[in-house]
Amino acid sequence: MNLNPSAKKRWNWSLWIGFLCVLAGFLSYTFFAQFPITRDFPWANFLLFAVGGILFVLGLFRAFGRPQMYRGKIFGPILATLGILMFAFFSYVFFYVLRQVPPSTEAPRIGQKAPDFFLLDQNGEPVGLGDLLSNSKGAVLIFYRGFW
Amino acid sequence: MRSFQHRLSEFDARGVRVVGISVDPSEVSRRQSQKLGYTFPLLSDPDRRVIRRYDLLHRGAGPKGSDIARPAEFLLDSNGIVRWVNLTENIAVRARPQQVLEAFKRTEQAVSN
Repeated sequence: MNLNPSAKKRWNWSLWIGFLCVLAGFLSYTFFAQFPITRDFPWANFLLFAVGGILFVLGLFRAFGRPQMYRGKIFGPILATLGILMFAFFSYVFFYVLRQVPPSTEAPRIGQKAPDFFLLDQNGEPVGLGDLLSNSKGAVLIFYRGFW
Repeated sequence: MRSFQHRLSEFDARGVRVVGISVDPSEVSRRQSQKLGYTFPLLSDPDRRVIRRYDLLHRGAGPKGSDIARPAEFLLDSNGIVRWVNLTENIAVRARPQQVLEAFKRTEQAVSN
């Protein structure tokens, strides 16, 4: 005789798989940032969030619509809340935090002469802007945040 | 910068030099160059003098609230005149090599016309 009625209930897989999708969407940006298409706008991450969201809806409908058949009335809302928080945090970072860049209104503009400089390269050798421009047709200066 | 390394031969073929500039000390740049296989120079601006001169200082954005460079890309012609510039509004969004190569092509066409 089975004394535990919940043992008869089916595993509500879509809640768990949905949660894994959202978690993957939340954690995978550093991987997708390697490719310009998925870096400039986090398509891949949003796709994972969307798939996770659909599975969550399905799982919650099962858990609350047919509670005698499926598990998940307790952990379903917990996982869904965690999922929403992850999505909200990801969006906050991507659409707000990463956009907090200074305006750089005094940066050299098209047609202006780029300020001269003289800096050491990775081998400790001095490199000036003049060196870069002599015997070349131009130069690309890439200012980056650094690796620290 | 990884994408610029991938297409560095195209810049070389056009006679365009590529350099990176950051607050990193030379040792850090050397380590990163070796690790990531970068063959173009990474210049070190520990005093933030050049970064400030270009108005690219991002205050407090570095480790322990230190000032670093905000991402930006400039294409200069052989006279040092800015021909194309990208001041991103999102740290995650950087110039692609294709954009710079196309800008260079337009500059060359403008010169020859």
